[in-house]
Amino acid sequence: MEKTIITVVGKDTTGIIAHVCTYLADNEINILDISQTIVQGYFNMMMIADFAHIQKPFTQIASELNEVGERLGVQVKCQREEIFEKMHRI
Amino acid sequence: MININEVIETNKMVEEETLDVRTITMGINLLDCADSDLDRCCERIYKKITTLARNLVSTGEEISCEIGIPIVNKRVSITPISLVGGSCCKTPADFVKIARTLDKAAKEIGINFMGGYSAIVSKGMSAADELLIRSIPEALACTERICSSVNVGSTKTGINMDAVRLMGEIIRETAEATRERDSLGCAKLVVLCNAPDDNPFMAGAFHGVSEDDAIINVGVSGPGVVHYALKSIRGASFEVLCETIKRTAFKITRVGQYVAQEASRRLGVPFGIIDLSLAPTPAIGDSVADILCEIGLEHAGAPGTTAALALLNDQVKKGGVMASSYVGGLSGAFIPVSEDQGMVDAVLAGALTLEKLEAMTCRSRYDCHSGRHTGFVHQRTDS
Repeated sequence: MEKTIITVVGKDTTGIIAHVCTYLADNEINILDISQTIVQGYFNMMMIADFAHIQKPFTQIASELNEVGERLGVQVKCQREEIFEKMHRI
Repeated sequence: MININEVIETNKMVEEETLDVRTITMGINLLDCADSDLDRCCERIYKKITTLARNLVSTGEEISCEIGIPIVNKRVSITPISLVGGSCCKTPADFVKIARTLDKAAKEIGINFMGGYSAIVSKGMSAADELLIRSIPEALACTERICSSVNVGSTKTGINMDAVRLMGEIIRETAEATRERDSLGCAKLVVLCNAPDDNPFMAGAFHGVSEDDAIINVGVSGPGVVHYALKSIRGASFEVLCETIKRTAFKITRVGQYVAQEASRRLGVPFGIIDLSLAPTPAIGDSVADILCEIGLEHAGAPGTTAALALLNDQVKKGGVMASSYVGGLSGAFIPVSEDQGMVDAVLAGALTLEKLEAMTCRSRYDCHSGRHTGFVHQRTDS
């Protein structure tokens, strides 16, 4: 399993989760967990996804997800889970 | 499992608080490139660097993309050239030829800087050391990415005053040789005491003789992150203050540790050390002086500055050591006036004098066992 954190930040509109999830499904990325919150009026969503079966390079998926976000007017980032583990766990 | 608040916190550090990995520096041993023939020596140096560090830049960019944290510089440090070129260089011009070769190799692999055009003369100067030192002005004028350093003293041996005197002339000549370009040569030249063998930061980086054939060292920074963290606890006790600095240093160092391990694994080169230095940049919010003010000073340089800096260094180091077993390099706080907007403001306000700066740099030096006070020497020649 290659856990990756996908974050979506921006103004809330309809279909954000739908669009992002469609892209993930098309690329064989399984979603393990979703949580969301509103911080200072902004929509914040975090997904933990499994990148073990991806066919494209990680960097390409990252930039394509970013494009999906741009079309929706939100910022989409994907980052390896390890970096958060290292930073926040002893 | 990681929760959303931790993810938001990390991304805020990057986006708003200027957290970055300042550099991945590959240290390369060039001693096996030494030859009595200059051309052959240059050829071997070029080949070794371009082979070992071929994928350094692309690997750095790949890791940066995957973790979403910028890795600003990719660099190479090499064995001090006075050792490598000692047997084939008979004049300063011969050393300049090696400098040109190094510059060509640096451009070929796309790195930002290469450090190690250096001489270690803390006790005495060999003929080769002196030739290299005398070649520095021209070498820095005719190359773009080469950094030079000269270690003129150590705690054990004291200071080599002949070398200090010579360096005074060399700094001036370097400034003159690059006068058309704001004397840029001097920005790529450092005079150090107690230079560590594994420092990843420029311009003082070189690959010491006690190191592996090749290693990956990582430099992390983040004065902005510490500043923001302290801002959020304004008015709290010293205990809370220290705890906050430690926690923040821990997190920053962990980022560096991860990057170093990944780079080391992907490049097949052993991991050396993490250097956690609060190194400012001229960007607003990326200032060590701002941290000192947040601790409670009116300005950097005001009464209490030395104590605040000592406290900061101490806590940064404690947090860093907890986060990684391989903390090395200079690790501490870097306080150059010209690269820190808060320090510039303090000078303009008349709060920071040269004497105070000297006291602050000594504080850093004794703490770090390092030559960070060279920033001071450099500034003095600058102004």
